[in-house]
Amino acid sequence: MSETYIEETADAAETVASRLRIDRREFMQFCAATATTLGLSTGAEAAIAKAVEKAKRPSVIWLHFQECTGCTESLLRAEHPTLEKLILDVISLDYHETLMAAAGHQAEAARKAAMKANKGKYILVVEGAIPVAQKGIYCKVGGQTAVDMLKECAADAAAVIAIGSCASWGGMPSTDPNPTGASSAGDVLGKPVVTIPGCPPNPYNFLATAVHFLTFGKLPDLDALGRPKFAYGRIIHEHCERRAHFDAGRFAHEFGDEGHRKGYCLYKLGCKGPETYANCSTIGFGDVGESNWPVACGHPCIGCTEKGVGFAKPIHATAKLRGMSPPASYPGIVEQQGKTSFASAAALAAIAGAAAGGAAMLAKNLGKQDADQKPQQKGE
Amino acid sequence: MANNHAQAHAPAPLGGNLLTPFTLLLGVLSAIAVVILLYRFIYGLGAVTNINDGYPWGIWVAYDVVVGSALACGGFSIALLVYIFNKGQYHPLVRPALLASLFGYTLAGVSVIFDLGRWWNFWHIFWPGYAQVNSVMFEVAVCITAYILVMWIEFSPVFLEKLGMKDVKQKLNKLLFFVIALGVLLPAMHQSSLGSLLVIFGQQIHPLWQSGMLLPVIYLMTAILLGYAVVIFEATLSSTGFGRPLETKVLTPLSKIMVWLLAAYVALRVLDLLFRGALGTAFAADWQAFWFWVEMACFIAPLAILASEEARRSAARLFVGAVLLMLGGFLLRINGFLVGYMTGDGWSYFPSLAELMVTVGIIAFEILAYIVIVRNYPVLPAAQPATR
Amino acid sequence: MDRRTFFKASLAGGAALATGAASSPAQARGNNPMPPEAVGLLFDSTLCVGCKACVAACKEANGMPVEFSTRDQYWDTPLDISGKTLNVIKAYRDGNMEVKDREENGFAFIKKSCLHCVDPSCVSACPVSAMKKDAKTGIVTYDKEACIGCRYCIAACPFGVPRFTYDTPTPQISKCQLCVHLHKDGKYAACAEFCPTGATLYGQVSVLREEAQRRLAMKPGEQVEFPRGHLRAGQEKALQGAPEGKGEMRRQGWKDTSDQKYPGVAAQYLQHIYGEKEFGGTQMLMLSGVSFQKLGYPDLPPRSDAAVSETLQHTLYGGLIAPIAVLGALTFIAKRNVKPEDEEGEQHGK
Repeated sequence: MSETYIEETADAAETVASRLRIDRREFMQFCAATATTLGLSTGAEAAIAKAVEKAKRPSVIWLHFQECTGCTESLLRAEHPTLEKLILDVISLDYHETLMAAAGHQAEAARKAAMKANKGKYILVVEGAIPVAQKGIYCKVGGQTAVDMLKECAADAAAVIAIGSCASWGGMPSTDPNPTGASSAGDVLGKPVVTIPGCPPNPYNFLATAVHFLTFGKLPDLDALGRPKFAYGRIIHEHCERRAHFDAGRFAHEFGDEGHRKGYCLYKLGCKGPETYANCSTIGFGDVGESNWPVACGHPCIGCTEKGVGFAKPIHATAKLRGMSPPASYPGIVEQQGKTSFASAAALAAIAGAAAGGAAMLAKNLGKQDADQKPQQKGE
Repeated sequence: MANNHAQAHAPAPLGGNLLTPFTLLLGVLSAIAVVILLYRFIYGLGAVTNINDGYPWGIWVAYDVVVGSALACGGFSIALLVYIFNKGQYHPLVRPALLASLFGYTLAGVSVIFDLGRWWNFWHIFWPGYAQVNSVMFEVAVCITAYILVMWIEFSPVFLEKLGMKDVKQKLNKLLFFVIALGVLLPAMHQSSLGSLLVIFGQQIHPLWQSGMLLPVIYLMTAILLGYAVVIFEATLSSTGFGRPLETKVLTPLSKIMVWLLAAYVALRVLDLLFRGALGTAFAADWQAFWFWVEMACFIAPLAILASEEARRSAARLFVGAVLLMLGGFLLRINGFLVGYMTGDGWSYFPSLAELMVTVGIIAFEILAYIVIVRNYPVLPAAQPATR
Repeated sequence: MDRRTFFKASLAGGAALATGAASSPAQARGNNPMPPEAVGLLFDSTLCVGCKACVAACKEANGMPVEFSTRDQYWDTPLDISGKTLNVIKAYRDGNMEVKDREENGFAFIKKSCLHCVDPSCVSACPVSAMKKDAKTGIVTYDKEACIGCRYCIAACPFGVPRFTYDTPTPQISKCQLCVHLHKDGKYAACAEFCPTGATLYGQVSVLREEAQRRLAMKPGEQVEFPRGHLRAGQEKALQGAPEGKGEMRRQGWKDTSDQKYPGVAAQYLQHIYGEKEFGGTQMLMLSGVSFQKLGYPDLPPRSDAAVSETLQHTLYGGLIAPIAVLGALTFIAKRNVKPEDEEGEQHGK
C-alpha cells in the first residue's frame, strides 16, 4: 500500500514537474514547505503533490480596492515557489489588476468571462479596504463602485479570502476619522470571510491557506475573525525570541541605548506583541529566516494585524497584555506544603496505646490494693 | 519521737540492680535519640524533622520544651506548698519531686539547644547588645536557664551528702531559703511566659486557646496543677516500680489542694471563653473543636473522680486523676502551639519518626536518670516498716 | 507559721506585686510610629501582569539560588517564598478566569514579600535582636550573625513572611530586605526597578500613599498616567542638584533614568489600601481589584500584636519591679519557714 502511494506521488510529481518545467525535487520541496507552514503531519506533502497534479487549475479572481498593493508585492517575493513559475500555473489567475497583461474594458470582460465559466467554483481574493461612505464613490473601477464590484464577484465565488489588514478589518485607510468609510470585505458582504491580516501579511500565510483549500477541498481551521489558526492562533508575545528578556525585566528604554543594542525586550518602547495575533516571529519575512521581522530588527511590533491596535494605537504606546490568564503551573494563592509521615503516626499510636494500656493496668492493680486495704482502714 | 520520725523519713539510696530489661530498653531508646541528634547536627533540621515554614515549631518545641518543662513542675509545686505555705507534711515529697524537675528542666533546656537552628549563637540571649528584652522568648530563656542552675544548687545537698562534704553542705544550707525563693519565683515567671509566647501570634492562634492577657495565668495555674499531678504520678510509679509501699497518706491531702485549684482553673477557662465569645467555636465540626473537648474532658474528669475525701484515699483514683490531669495539661499546650496554630491553608505538619524518637529518647533518658540517681543517691525516704 | 503570719505575708507580697504593676510602665503600649522618611513599596495588583520579572530580578540582586518545583529542572519556578526565594508573584483564579482583576470568573496577580511592618511582630519576638527595624528608613533587616535560629519570628509573622533554610546544618532566616545592601550604590529595590508596568513602585511611604489615593480616586476606564520604578516627590530636583553634582542623588550616583511614566487605563479598584491601617501599618502598601483575603492577605485589626505582647511583658516585668518585689516577699516567707536542719527531713510547724 505504501509502495503504491510512493509510486503515485512520484508519478504526480513527475507530471506536474514536466508541465511546469521545473525540477521534480523543487516541486516536492514546495509541497513540503507548504505542508510545514500549515502544520500538517508528514505525508501531507504527498497529498499536496497529488492535489496539485490532479486539479484543474482553479480560477482565482483578485480584486484591488483601497490598497497599496503591498500584499501583492509581498506575494511576489515568495520564493518557494516563485510566483510566476508556480502559482500562476497552480492556479489560474484570471483577474489581477497588477499582474495581468490586459487593461481597461478588455480586463473587465476577461473577469466577467472567467466568473461565468467558473461559476460557483472560483476563489475570490480581496486586497484593500472598501469605502462605503457616500454610496462608495471613493473607489471606482471601470465606473463601478468597489462595493458593487465586490458584491457582484462574491455572489458566485466558492470562497472569499480577504488578504491584508485593509481587506480583513479596514487597515490603514480606516484610521480615525476614516472619512471614506473604509470597511472590511466581511463587513461589506455581511458574512464572514477568510481573513489573512497583516501589513503586509507573510505571503506563505496566504499561499498555505489557498493550497490547503486546493488539497483538501476545505479551508484550514479559522478563528472567530476568520483568520487561519495556524498563523494567527497565538500572540507574538507568546513566541517571541526576546520573551526571556521581558520575563527577566530587561528592556530597551531608548533606540540605540545599551539595552537596545543588546537586543532586550522592546515592551517599554511600545511593542504591541502582547496584544497581536500573528506568526511573524516564527517565519519571518523575505525568506531569510526568523531574524527578519520588525522586533528582530530592533523596532517594536506595531500590531499591524490587529484591529484596534495597528494604525489605531500610537506606535510607542504601551501594549495591553492579552490572554494572560495564568497557566496551570503558575503558583496559586495556596500551595500544598508539608510532609506527612505514616510511620510516625503509627509509632505514636503504638506508644500512646502502650502507655494507656500500662496506665489502665496499673490503675486496676491499685484498685485491687485499695480494696484490700479498705477492711484494714475500717478496722482502724 | 521527733528523732525516730526524722530517722524513719531520712532519704537514703535505694540500692538494687541498675541493669534490668526496663533500664536496658530506656538505654537503647536514649542511644537512638543520640544517634538521630548527631544526624541532625550534621545534616540540619530538615533532614530529621518535618517542621516547615507553616509550622516552624514542632514537637521538639511544643512537647520537649513547653510540655516537658510543665511536667517538670513537681519541684516548683511542692516547694510552693512546703516552703511558702509551710505544709511540712509534704516534705518527703520534696527530693523526688526536685529530682524529676531537675532532669525534666535540664532536658527541656537541652531540647531547646538542639531545636535551635543556629545553636552556636545561643549565648546571644544572655549577652548585652544582643539580648532583646521586649521578647517573651528572651525572658523564658533567661528564667529557664537561671532555674536550671537554681535546681542544681537546690539538689546539690543530695550529692554533697553522698560525697560526704558536710561543711560545704552546711554553708549551702544557710543560703537555702534564698535559693528556694528563687526556685518559686523563676518557674512562676517562665511557666506563665511560656503561655505569653502565644500572645504575639494574635489571631494565628485559634480563639479557643488565644486567651490573650490571661494566657500567663492559665499556663501558670496548669503548671502548678501539673506539678501536683506529676508528683502523684511519679510517687505511684516509684512505689509500684521499686516495690515500696504507696504514699497515699501524704498524697490524699495533696490531691485536695490540687482539686480545688483545678476547679478554679476550669472555672477561669470557661469564663474566659465565654467573655471572649469564643465558646461558639467549640461546636464547629473541625479538629480544633474535637481536641478542645478532649482537653476539657481531661481537666473536668479528675474533678469528678477525686470529688470526695473517700475518693481521694483511693490510690487508683489518685493515679487515674493525676494521669488525666497530666494529659489535660499536655493537651492545653499541644493544642495552643500546634493544633490551634492557624498558620494558613496549604500547610500541614506531623512529626517525623526521627523527630518522635528523639522526644521518646529524651523521656527515656529522663526516666533512666531518675532510676540511676534514686538507686545511688539519698533521694527517696527510707523504706517504712511493713505495717503502717 | 500561723494563719495570721501567712495572711500578713500574702498581703505584703500582693501589695508588692500591685505596686510593681502600677509603677512599671503599665500603660498599654500603642503601636510604634512609622519613621517619617520610611521607604517602602506600592504594589498595584491591577497593573501586575504576572511576568515575574521582579522574581528574577530579586533572585539576581540578592544572589539567591534557583528553586525548582517541576520534574524537569530547567529554570527557577518557585511556588512560594522560601529559604531560596524572597519574592514571588501568585495568581488568584476563579471560574473560567475571563476578566482580570475581577473576583468572580476572573484572575489577578499578587506579590508576596516582606511588608516591612511599622510595628513588626518579628522584631518584637526576636530574643537576640537579629530582626531590627531601621530607625530612619523603617526597613526590617535580618542579621544572621546574631540569629539563634529559634524561628519565633516565622511563627509570629501574621503574613508568613520569614522563611528558613531547613535543609542545611547552618540554616538562616530568609526575607526581603528591600535591597538595602544596594542602597550605597544608589540602587533601590530590584523588584520595583525591573517591573515593566510599574505594578511595584519604590519610594517614601508618604509619597506612595498619596499615589495610592490618587489611583483610588480614578474612574475605572479613565485614561491616566502610571509611573514606573522609583516614585519620588518634588524633592527630586533638590536631590539631583546642579549638573556639577552637588545633589544627594548625584553624590550617590543614582543610575535611575527618567520616571518612566506611561499612559494607561485605570482599573476597577477595591476602595482600600491594604497596609495603611492593618496591624499598625505596613511599608508595603497594596491596591487590588480582588478582595485581599482572597489574595492570601489576612484581615488584621489596627493594633499590632507586638503592642499587645509588649504591653503584657512590661506590665508584668517592667523594670523588674514586680519580680524583685515578689522575690523579696518569697525570701521573707522562705526564711521563716526553712530551718537549716531542714534537709534532715524533720517536720516543722503546720
